[in-house]
Amino acid sequence: MANEVAVISGKGGTGKTTVCAALGLIADEIVMADCDVDAPDLHILLNPTNRTTNEFIGGKVAVVDYDLCTDCGLCETACRFNAITGSKIDPIACEGCGVCEIVCPENAIQMVDRQSGNLYDSDTRVGRMAHAKLLPGEGNSGKLVTEVRKLASKIATDNGVSTVLIDGSPGIGCPVIATVTGIKLGVIVTEPTLSGIHDMERVQELLAKFKIKATVIINKFDLNMENTEAIERYCKDNDIEILGKIKFDHIMTDSMVAATTLPEFAPDNEISQLLRKVWKRIIELLP
Amino acid sequence: MIITVASGKGGTGKTTVAVNLALSLDSAKLLDCDVEEPNVHTLLHPDDMQTSPVTVPTPIVDQEKCTLCGKCAEFCQFNAMFVGKTKVMIFNEMCHSCGGCAIVCPEKAITEVERPIGNIHESDIEDIHLVYGELKIGEPIATTVIHAVKTHISKDGLNILDAPPGTACPVLETMKESDYLVLVTEPTPFGLHDLAMTVDVVRELGMPLGIIINRAGIGDDGVVKYCKENDLEILMEIPFDRHIAELYSRGVPFVQEMPEWRQKFKDLFNHIERLVKNGK
Repeated sequence: MANEVAVISGKGGTGKTTVCAALGLIADEIVMADCDVDAPDLHILLNPTNRTTNEFIGGKVAVVDYDLCTDCGLCETACRFNAITGSKIDPIACEGCGVCEIVCPENAIQMVDRQSGNLYDSDTRVGRMAHAKLLPGEGNSGKLVTEVRKLASKIATDNGVSTVLIDGSPGIGCPVIATVTGIKLGVIVTEPTLSGIHDMERVQELLAKFKIKATVIINKFDLNMENTEAIERYCKDNDIEILGKIKFDHIMTDSMVAATTLPEFAPDNEISQLLRKVWKRIIELLP
Repeated sequence: MIITVASGKGGTGKTTVAVNLALSLDSAKLLDCDVEEPNVHTLLHPDDMQTSPVTVPTPIVDQEKCTLCGKCAEFCQFNAMFVGKTKVMIFNEMCHSCGGCAIVCPEKAITEVERPIGNIHESDIEDIHLVYGELKIGEPIATTVIHAVKTHISKDGLNILDAPPGTACPVLETMKESDYLVLVTEPTPFGLHDLAMTVDVVRELGMPLGIIINRAGIGDDGVVKYCKENDLEILMEIPFDRHIAELYSRGVPFVQEMPEWRQKFKDLFNHIERLVKNGK
């Protein structure tokens, strides 16, 4: 099994994808996995060429046969998700649980497969990449994240690549839990803002709950030194290694606007050099 | 009226816009629906809070009555039930609380009990009534907590909702019933990509929307071009300003230090109110 490393943050917009793409470029051999299936952005920097696309069936949705339906209303009463109004199914609200199907006395409701997204296997200049796109409003993001991880691990195993680098999604809910369960290392990208610290603590607690080793990168550390020191104290108290501190520099955005990774855009820049050290340390931390 | 502040990409400034807008108005309800990572309170610093739990019905099995027939596990679409050799195991975090297992159990061995998955906090700060939800760490299903936050929407007054990032089910749960959507983006390729994705969804829902460009000046002109091509109104541009970023880092809403912005947010609200009244 390949070692999976996930870049996460709790708070959105702290620089996960920018850091993840840069680390992917620095790595000798890597399989990339974009597990932010709701708002994937890694492809903007890595410009993948698609090999195969597979429809992702995330669950089921109720369909009513109106020739059989007598408008008795039992399904509407039984549905806990307010997905049925006047015998009409709201597919966005429907969770696919199947309760309406079993309570219908006329057998007028059937649960059918629903496509929740697409799963892609692609080539990029840094290595193979597994990624996906959830269809709008779909709820089975956790399952799709699991599929992305499975695909990435399979590609890694088939090609003798030892590490999978995952770009995670913001938050601490279903897709993030699916991203981190069973990984070898979590890299939390945070920023020295009160919200950044608050969200880092919550996602760190999530990693602790699943017994996953956490490390931290402080992005824009010089924006607020007092908060950076607070993060450093928190990490010390919780025995979390800080892999690096990235200064607030326009070049991070400039490289993104150029749709490339920082080590390609500015190979000699001190942040590129720092990220090389960070990657070296990540590899040392892996079994 | 319900104004929801959303964005595809995280960290574009949703919370900044929602809080500064609320602070610029005479009275508003501010509902933080980003229950996975709520941040409004890190800018408003409430001290006197009322907290109430959010619970979901979760099955329990009377092992005396259970015959291990397996019908519950067979029915459950979410793999939350496992029938072992001697007893049924329930994985609470997988359960969607549909109630189906209790219906299909032929022995009536399954009942449901309420299980806490998060909290709702309420507080008054200046003229703002803040309500925010907080999903318990390790719980996957945010929508129930979002729904609980939304029960605090006041029918007559102004409600400002801070949405989670993305376009998946928690976001749509937040957006639905809104009178107007403010999409906050940043002028970068990531900002544009995730904005376009969100606009497609919102247009499908048929909701009126406008754009706020935050950190204007940091990236490129892709977002402005996109808005022109797609006939989207740019409601406001907040320039990239290290001072604003520093204030945010300390948990200070920038209208408090830069009071000239209060009028801009008031104008923004009046503009949105007119649009909503004219059915745009």
